[in-house]
Amino acid sequence: MSFKFTSSPHQRVKRNTGQVMRLVMYAGIPGLAVQTWFFGWGAFIHFLIASVTIIVTEAAILEMRKKNFEVAIKDCSALVTAFLIAVSIPPFAPWWITVIGSIFAIGVVKQLYGGLGFNLFNPAMAAYVLLLISFPVQMSTWAIPQALSQFPQSFADSFSIIFSGFSADGYSIEQLRTHIDGYTMATPLDAVKTAVSQGLTVSESLQTAVFNNGIGVGWFWVNFAYLLGGLLLLKLNVIKWQIPVGVIAGIMGFSLVMYLIDDGIYTSPLFHIFSGGLMLGAFFIATDPVSATTTNKGRIIFGLGIGAWVYIIRTWGGYPDAIAFAVLIMNMGVPLIDYYTRPRTYGHHTEHKNVIKIKQIESSKKDKGA
Amino acid sequence: MNQFQQLSWQGLWKNNPAIVQLLGLCPLLAVTMTVINGLGLGLATTLVLIGSNCTVSMVRNLVPNEIRIPIFVMVIAGFVTVVQLLMNAYTFRLYEALGIFIPLIVTNCAIIGRAEAYASKNPVGHAAFDGLMMGLGFTIVLVILGGMRELLGYGTLLSGANLLFGEWANALKITVYETDSPFLIAILPPGAFLGMGLLIALKNALDKRVESWVVKPDTDKVVQRARVTAES
Repeated sequence: MSFKFTSSPHQRVKRNTGQVMRLVMYAGIPGLAVQTWFFGWGAFIHFLIASVTIIVTEAAILEMRKKNFEVAIKDCSALVTAFLIAVSIPPFAPWWITVIGSIFAIGVVKQLYGGLGFNLFNPAMAAYVLLLISFPVQMSTWAIPQALSQFPQSFADSFSIIFSGFSADGYSIEQLRTHIDGYTMATPLDAVKTAVSQGLTVSESLQTAVFNNGIGVGWFWVNFAYLLGGLLLLKLNVIKWQIPVGVIAGIMGFSLVMYLIDDGIYTSPLFHIFSGGLMLGAFFIATDPVSATTTNKGRIIFGLGIGAWVYIIRTWGGYPDAIAFAVLIMNMGVPLIDYYTRPRTYGHHTEHKNVIKIKQIESSKKDKGA
Repeated sequence: MNQFQQLSWQGLWKNNPAIVQLLGLCPLLAVTMTVINGLGLGLATTLVLIGSNCTVSMVRNLVPNEIRIPIFVMVIAGFVTVVQLLMNAYTFRLYEALGIFIPLIVTNCAIIGRAEAYASKNPVGHAAFDGLMMGLGFTIVLVILGGMRELLGYGTLLSGANLLFGEWANALKITVYETDSPFLIAILPPGAFLGMGLLIALKNALDKRVESWVVKPDTDKVVQRARVTAES
């Protein structure tokens, strides 16, 4: 074994913000592609709308704040927000949903708090929650997988639906969401929740056409693609492993316990991690470097918290999926988590706890003496 | 500025109970879904403020200092009951729309705050005028916030004016736009918080802008000590 001798500088320049953000976008491409394959071109068109809106909004606000907007736009952080908004809202949502969400994400959640690096909350998820509670009808009509749809849609159809509410052939969203047998279909998470509330068992509810081997048609592949993208990000050292592992462990642990207690009402851990936007949330949303915790121990707690909240809201809450709410709730806890998981400064002692103990003993002695 | 101008300036702008002192936020955020709700609650609060300020000012030399707070609260509660009964009799549907927030005027900190800070130390005339101006300042904020939320949420302005003014006021309703999918967040509680934050920010920005026009920067050179530590 030989040591390499090299001249200084020994520390290489790390990636700048723009490079990191672009890598995140590249890693999201497989997920976006799979989503387009199963649910039509909606996500892609929404991404275009969101990008344009977000860049215009950010430039306008930075101009008002008398800052240099070229630098801020070139770092691509706003485009990542656009990407996250586009893939999380339903593909059939009208164009103004994306526009309102994008303006809110950048204008209020990011720039009002001071711009990149100062926002307390994840802009994309705050925008998603705003849209979900403002426009529940549009935000809860997900597309059904193309393979099950009565009317397969082309790019022109998706474009037409987003801008007019009807496909190029004149079909409405409700017609497009009907199965070949003629009934409207829900997303897998919705289907299970509705079936369980009607007194069916989970295994009975998994017999309908939206499921294939117990996991939603298409959803497995969407989550799988985001998982691959996330692993790529881990490999390139863009994100740390603690948060995604924490999220997956949190939801798997929680759902495993409940599944073992009663598998008639509670769905399996595998169903949970391959449903909805879990992988997207674990690898792309929760790992936002600004609004997540900054210590290694804290990241695990943050991730576990998100996993637990996702399970709680999915199972007992009123909304179909819960990534956005879980991330926002844990964003609120970030200062507290950071405070209690501060790593020991180099050179300082770890006897902090002993010191407290000694003080307690001393004070109790004093009390006895008095 | 004489005393009355001073009081008006304080109540309406500089020391506004809603957007500067941030008092009485509970009714402020809860009822401002429409302009008329805000106006109704604002007027009720103003009446209570004038009445309680007058009474507290009149009895200020009789009340022992130690038990002044309970006595002020009793006075305020009395006036709130009067206003509540009046609204029940003359504007019944508005009374129903505002619900619990009319009795809750008792707990509005702006009222006990004025009784304690101003009315208990000043003559009746000034105290009554202070109550009027503080009440108007509060009402204006309620109406503006109500207008913002109603415009975004329902696309109308002054809807339900008949609840407050009688049947002829139906003609006051302005429909700005009509939509099938209203912007619900403006009507829900988060909208109230967002709107309130924006109003406060707007007020502070205006103050700063005016200050930069009025106050000329000192031309004398002032040597400032450089701050090297956070503590010193």
